[in-house]
Amino acid sequence: MANIGQQFKGIMRWVDDRLPVTETYEKHMSKYYAPKNFNVWYIFGVLAFVVLVNQLLTGIWLTMNYVPTGEGAFKSIEYIMRDVDYGWLLRYMHSTGASAFFVVVYLHMFRGLMYGSYKKPRELIWVFGMLIYLALMAEGFFGYLLPWGNMSYWGAQVIVSLAGAIPVVGEDLAVWVRGDFNMSGITLNRFFALHVVAVPIVLLVLVVLHILALHEVGSNNPDGVDIKKHLDDDGKPLDGIPFHPYYTIGHDVPGIVMFLMVFSAVMFFFPDGGGYLIEHPNYEPANSLKTPELIAPVWYYTPYYSMLRAATFPLFGMTAKFWGLVVMAGAIAILFVLPWLDKSPVKSMRYKGLPSKLFLAAFVICFFILGYLGTVHPTPVRTIIAQICTAIYFAYFLLMPWYTSVEKTKPVPERVTM
Amino acid sequence: MMSSMMLKRLLRSIAAGFLLILASVGVQAAEAGFPLDHMEPDIHDQASLQRGMQTYMNYCMACHSLQYQRFKRTATDLGIPDSLMLEHLVFDPATKIGDLMINNMSEENAKIWFGAAPPDLTLYSNLRGGPDYLYTYLRSFYADSSRPLGVNNLLFVNVGMPHALSELQGMQVKVCKQVPRLAANGGDMRDPLSNEFVTEELCGDELVARGYSPLEIVEGTGSLTSDEYDEVVYDLANFLYYMGEPARLDRTRIGWYVLLFLAFFYVFAWLLSREYHKEFHK
Repeated sequence: MANIGQQFKGIMRWVDDRLPVTETYEKHMSKYYAPKNFNVWYIFGVLAFVVLVNQLLTGIWLTMNYVPTGEGAFKSIEYIMRDVDYGWLLRYMHSTGASAFFVVVYLHMFRGLMYGSYKKPRELIWVFGMLIYLALMAEGFFGYLLPWGNMSYWGAQVIVSLAGAIPVVGEDLAVWVRGDFNMSGITLNRFFALHVVAVPIVLLVLVVLHILALHEVGSNNPDGVDIKKHLDDDGKPLDGIPFHPYYTIGHDVPGIVMFLMVFSAVMFFFPDGGGYLIEHPNYEPANSLKTPELIAPVWYYTPYYSMLRAATFPLFGMTAKFWGLVVMAGAIAILFVLPWLDKSPVKSMRYKGLPSKLFLAAFVICFFILGYLGTVHPTPVRTIIAQICTAIYFAYFLLMPWYTSVEKTKPVPERVTM
Repeated sequence: MMSSMMLKRLLRSIAAGFLLILASVGVQAAEAGFPLDHMEPDIHDQASLQRGMQTYMNYCMACHSLQYQRFKRTATDLGIPDSLMLEHLVFDPATKIGDLMINNMSEENAKIWFGAAPPDLTLYSNLRGGPDYLYTYLRSFYADSSRPLGVNNLLFVNVGMPHALSELQGMQVKVCKQVPRLAANGGDMRDPLSNEFVTEELCGDELVARGYSPLEIVEGTGSLTSDEYDEVVYDLANFLYYMGEPARLDRTRIGWYVLLFLAFFYVFAWLLSREYHKEFHK
């Protein structure tokens, strides 16, 4: 009997002569050296990938029973919930997955802010990551309309009509996006196409670019030191360890299981998250004559929604709504230029000065406060708080060139600390 | 360049500002609505669900459909044999067990008769965030001659729906009641000498605010006692709570198995990861 191992090697040689499978596997898995000092913050990228796969798979199966029309959409969701075998499970995996996606992505981004993962030479990784975040927000927005519940309808109505605040072309632009003078089945159809075909393709391409760019320069680490400076005799980083199997099995598998436990606890026991993951008004079909008492976007958009509402006065002949739109768009746009705002000689928060730490803390607290304020009715006091927090949000970025260059940093060690 | 002393002072005042903001956000969080009476639903109590469905089919179904659910699914979940269901709970002989639970009232007629089409109730409990709303609503009708149907509702003011269960509950009327005065410490006020309650007469919303019902049943108008009626409404609200998400019956049960499996799996994942981690320190 021929040796199976040798047969396998023969097949691989044949394939490798035609397609660099082994080389790719080694470059990205078994010979990709990741720093040894990763901590728990380095699990969220992998988790985002796990959630992405979950969304794609459950999404495909949901599409099999979903009807993307104004007449059939709401009914087909209840059909999935009641008549399709384990349809409720598919739907909750998808709806909980949407929120989980943003949880892990926000934590992943915070890790980047904390350890300076956006700094040279990783600027492109950060920019691709931000594009993923943007695509993810679009994906969530389009997907949220599909159940065709009343909150789906009015939430989308509010956001699309924002385009109307743009001078001159605004109203026409809103009609062009909706494909109708009001939100209608036509809008639903196109959002469905964007949600299940267009944006997922963009997302997948961006994820590939994000990872390729990462593997080109190597991962950052909590100390922000370059592990390629100290190589052993074979040219391998002394402070690095192959991603597979040491991180995949030694770090990621238990992390993924832990995440799945939290995910399952929410999905099986609190699938509507007390009205935050599936909002109560979404249990009645879209009704253009019945506005919900409080129109609030899903939690992952609420910080930006708060900033939108924080602009309350017209300026330079433009409406407050227009400035709200500018503030909201600016809040997201400014994230893209972050790598060029940080002038600090060190990467990690461990070695940055007190001002950097306080500004990051203030930024995070403000993001939470804005997130909360976006879920409740605005009052005069709340609006002032939202304005202060919006100012701090922008101050974190705009003052960064100043506070990162004047503060006193601590010496960075030569090698990683375990 | 700013001295580090000044910088520190600036940052400290920013931090202090934050604490203030956090505190005021917390205060703002509480918002009040009409107080709902709480009920603890139990979707595994089949007898309760069956009684609830019986009430529903006899008193509610003519106007309020359950259009997203099928009779068959309900029969299975409630432990009712198909034949019994068709015989006693389905009134249209043309209806088959696999049909959706719709009724024959047209939306046009309903609008003429009641001013608004009665909503489908399949998801109503979810829409209201739980069964408490229905439980309170169905016990809050009272006689009001100013309304076209002669009744009004404390929870849903100027509702267009008649009191469909009035033959069971009887008719309630709004009354004023003698209730204990509020003491300075928030409790009921007592006379320091006789230890008797010091009372005052309150009406309407003032009673509600103090946690008393402003309604009283006119004796002899209903066939059930107040407690019996509460049970009927409990069963009905329980049934509609089940109706909102029938998958709830399986969901939590499966959830426990999944969590147990993951916990079991975690032990081995952790043991394996520990072996690989030894390499990190070489």
